Amino acid sequence: MSIELKDVHKAFGEKRVLRGFTLSVERGETVSVIGGSGQGKSTLLKHVNGLLKPDAGEVWVDGQRIDQLEGEPLYETRRKVGYVFQFAALFDSMTIAENVAMGLRRIPGLSEADIADRVRTALARVDLEGVDEQYPSELSGGMRKRAGLARAIALEPAYLLYDEPTTGLDPVTLSMVDELILRMSDRLGVTSVVITHDMESAYRISDRIVMLHEGRARVAGTPDEIRDSADPVVRAFVEGRADLLEEAS
Amino acid sequence: MNLILAPVRGLGRATLAVVSAVGRGAMLSVDAGRSLRRVDQWGPHLVPQMISIGVASIPLALFIAAFTGIVLAIQASYTFVGTVPLYFVGALVGKTMILELGPALTGLALSGRVGASNASEIATMRVTEQIDALESLAYDPIAYLVVPRVIAGTLMFPVVIALAIAMGIVAGWLTSIALLDLATPQFVRGLRLFFDTYDVQFAMFKSATFGTTVTSVGAFFGYTCTGGARGVGRATTRTVVVSSMIILVLDAFWAATLL
Repeated sequence: MSIELKDVHKAFGEKRVLRGFTLSVERGETVSVIGGSGQGKSTLLKHVNGLLKPDAGEVWVDGQRIDQLEGEPLYETRRKVGYVFQFAALFDSMTIAENVAMGLRRIPGLSEADIADRVRTALARVDLEGVDEQYPSELSGGMRKRAGLARAIALEPAYLLYDEPTTGLDPVTLSMVDELILRMSDRLGVTSVVITHDMESAYRISDRIVMLHEGRARVAGTPDEIRDSADPVVRAFVEGRADLLEEAS
Repeated sequence: MNLILAPVRGLGRATLAVVSAVGRGAMLSVDAGRSLRRVDQWGPHLVPQMISIGVASIPLALFIAAFTGIVLAIQASYTFVGTVPLYFVGALVGKTMILELGPALTGLALSGRVGASNASEIATMRVTEQIDALESLAYDPIAYLVVPRVIAGTLMFPVVIALAIAMGIVAGWLTSIALLDLATPQFVRGLRLFFDTYDVQFAMFKSATFGTTVTSVGAFFGYTCTGGARGVGRATTRTVVVSSMIILVLDAFWAATLL
């Protein structure tokens, strides 16, 4: 198992966000996590690269218990994990090229020429050439999102964590991002966890889909199993029907 | 009953908030101490921060010091005339600028310029997940953001304040010869009368502690910021208020213990 969350609990003050969440992701697999807003999807993703520590439970990544790592061993593991943030989280004082190069500068032995080359390749992969010297504030929301994606894939990570990678994108860009996620998985064998609200995207890119509800994994299955699920909470989300959710509660 | 309990609850909450802030501040300080060894991450940012915190603050510091020097000279002359020899104007301007007004006024002004700027920048990075992004790219955000600012503040505040003190004295001297019927030799005589190099060492040490305070407090409120744009505003305001208060307390403390 390459990513494993075991009975993870996390609370912020009185608010219990994760209440025993368990998830296993095989090497090379793409798992989408769906669920309503405020259910803790981003919180669980931040546990996977150690940005948050669980109150209880275990988080394993690449054979390391990341929730117990500190300092250099933690950074070592993080270098294998690319993270695509919901709102890109680009460094606004840096150009796009500098943003994409940031992670590469932490890889020992990479020359400036290697870094420039990898920056160019990453930007080309997300169809974002010619913006190297622009600042994030000069780009549209969709372009910023793609730049965030480029920054993550430039590291050529073994694992990619996507926090709503397609939210707010136009249909063409959305399909391009889906293709990229598939390509990262198929050609490079990257293991991915994708947080999404977009069911069409989830069906297209996922090997498995997990529904996070009330802090736990409510249902997990292949896209077809989720599409055909009889669980009213899953159906409410998938079909966008609030009435089913009311019935279920 | 509520009327009685409400203030008690409020006091309890405020006490908890202060204790919690002190605890988080102590933890951040320990982390910053640990991050000192990551020179590769903070080293490249030290000089830019010294320029941003120090060099860029010089015009404001000189402006404040110049008018302080003018006012000091005029007020000293107004107070002394007819009772104390006027060359004491030089003594008062020099002593007051070095011991108190140079460091304290500049420190307070820089708590606004430097503290607010640090707090808002780091807080914005926090609420827009840029700090999370730094961590996810295997950077130590404390080494990257906090350490170079605190070192730069500690090193540059004494430099800026030394220039401010010099400017205050020069402004006091120019005012004395232009407006107060005082000749340069008289002003210098007064200036040298109570001059002690220990005063300069005291001022520089005090200024360094103000630099550490302003940058650490800004980094703390920025780093622990929550809650979007409102949180950024709150972090900035708190930085200015808290660092100003600490500067005044430290000012009194160093005076009581070192003079």
